[in-house]
Amino acid sequence: MTSRLLLASAAALALAAGAAQADVTLGVASPFTGQNSSFGEQIKRGAEAAAAAINAAGGINGEKLILDLQDDACDPKQAVAAANKIVSANDAAVIGHFCSSSSIPASDVYAEAGIPQISPASTNPKLTDRGLTSVFRTCGRDDQQSAVAAAAIVSRKLGTKIAIVDDKSAYGKGIADGVRSALAAKGIHEALDDTLTQGDKDFSALISRLKSANVDFVFYGGYFSEAGLLVRQAREQGLKAIFMGGDGIAATEFASIAGPASDGVLMTFYPDPRDNPAAAPVIQAFRDQKFEPEGYTLYSYAAVTAFAEAVKRAGTVEGAKVAAELHKGSYKTVLGTIAFDAKGDPDTDPFIVYVWKAGKYVPLK
Amino acid sequence: MAYFLQQTINGLTLGSIYGLIALGYTMVYGIVGMINFAHGEIYMIGAFVSLIAFAVLGLFGITWAPLAIVLVLLIAIVFTGAFGWAVERIAYRPLRGSFHLAPLISAIGMSIFLQNYVQLLQGARLRTLPALVSGGVTLFRENDFEVRISTIQIAIILLAGVLMAALTFLIEHTRLGRSQRACEQDMGMAGMIGINVDRTISLTFVIGAALAAGAGLMVTLYYGSVDFFIGFLAGVKAFTAAVLGGIGSIPGAMLGGILIGLVEAYWGGYVSGAYKDVSVFAVLILVLTVMPTGLLGKPHIQKV
Repeated sequence: MTSRLLLASAAALALAAGAAQADVTLGVASPFTGQNSSFGEQIKRGAEAAAAAINAAGGINGEKLILDLQDDACDPKQAVAAANKIVSANDAAVIGHFCSSSSIPASDVYAEAGIPQISPASTNPKLTDRGLTSVFRTCGRDDQQSAVAAAAIVSRKLGTKIAIVDDKSAYGKGIADGVRSALAAKGIHEALDDTLTQGDKDFSALISRLKSANVDFVFYGGYFSEAGLLVRQAREQGLKAIFMGGDGIAATEFASIAGPASDGVLMTFYPDPRDNPAAAPVIQAFRDQKFEPEGYTLYSYAAVTAFAEAVKRAGTVEGAKVAAELHKGSYKTVLGTIAFDAKGDPDTDPFIVYVWKAGKYVPLK
Repeated sequence: MAYFLQQTINGLTLGSIYGLIALGYTMVYGIVGMINFAHGEIYMIGAFVSLIAFAVLGLFGITWAPLAIVLVLLIAIVFTGAFGWAVERIAYRPLRGSFHLAPLISAIGMSIFLQNYVQLLQGARLRTLPALVSGGVTLFRENDFEVRISTIQIAIILLAGVLMAALTFLIEHTRLGRSQRACEQDMGMAGMIGINVDRTISLTFVIGAALAAGAGLMVTLYYGSVDFFIGFLAGVKAFTAAVLGGIGSIPGAMLGGILIGLVEAYWGGYVSGAYKDVSVFAVLILVLTVMPTGLLGKPHIQKV
């Protein structure tokens, strides 16, 4: 008994000693549980693969990159708790969060501690619009996304009676408001506005409302679980309108929830980074592990790459210096070459319109 | 008019589901005098068992909808009933005769436990089922607005009707139903005249769980997606339905369920989808303050 106890404490000491060595710890905060956990999985896999590649190539300035995974469940309160954990663990930077409503409150915690934050997925403009110098993202912004959606609605004449529905979340309302004002700027006003509640499953009342207003186009700002149910129930009730969503429905679950009803649903999303020829070896490595690097996987991968490169260039893991370095110059990543502007937004290509077909999305021609 | 009818169909479908869950609350309250707050979770388990059963039947090649639905209903009733029985046996029976808040607290604990149990066992991600029943009937059209009832909505309303009729028959015409009614009137006296009170209470929980399993099967078919958290909101709404109908009253629970479904559909259809849930809970507050015994409830007589 005593010897086992001794052994255990020796092991604990060894572990503590291991952590005390000069490794670079990088926080990864995303929803690993809850409704949006499939996005969290993408972010985790992307960060893990990037860290493995960096470590295989000798680490950052000779130091190993270690990930510190924190679950925020896409819940603002839990996100702040996760941020506090990351700060108290003295992580060098954080990759995350996924949901805008988590990233925004958490960013204040990171900014106060001077830890750089790179979100691979939060698209709400507010994240980088508040003048925080330590906030970055590798994804686009909702206002870019809304503009692309509105332009497509007008130029492709997708509908005459338009309804805009959102889920009241920071992301959903943000993108819906963006489409609303972009359409208004073109002189088009929606016929119906309504909202639904995240987590709700029955949208029959809303669909009857859309039917009676005779809408032929619905823009939905929100995530895939509600969007999938909305489209499925709409087709069951015989609503023939065209549906369009944002990047929040870019998950294969959208098609498995909606079933055949997902065919023809439009969506704005980034040009698929999987089409980038420079990313081919990375993508092959993912596929060898039986994981399809869809959605945000490569955005997360790119965020880790950019961070590691900035640390190398700055020659330190000190938050303020790394953040200053990230604002300078450009970074070669799986997304192509990224330069962050003064706000921390990337200069990558804007969004394009996709269409769902047989459970997959392809660029709309 | 057409629009009103469409919203009525939507509301009836929702209401059938709430009504079935509400029966479980009301039966337990009628006999034991406690609110079984874990009942929403029992419904969630019913939905998960149905989803798994559909997947397993699919493996055996049984995909003909009517047969698959009947088989899944039986499987769901057996498994969910076992959960209902176990919950009563573990969390409530040892507390019978204890102070009256004890089983209530135990129920809340049980609810949290079951939620986490399913989350750990099945994962937190949404589980989906491809649509088994599709299509529908257009009843009539009025200025481009077609009133439509989908096959699955018809199936839900029918199945709810059958289950409710079966329950009414069971309560009124069988030996078990007589024992239940006797226990409801006076548990001590029922025990003295030779009714096995423990067994009757256990079976009441099993029947409540079986009805919840029916509701779980319906949502699985209707929405095609299930997660571990669906029991909470559905449970609270069904509880509202039971209170509206008069808690303890079986026809009251059915009526309350349908009314709550209609309130939700009309509110969502005529006012705004944003505060749909608020409308339901406003009804709960209104009933509790204005008419605490509900529509069909008996006034509570303090026994001396």
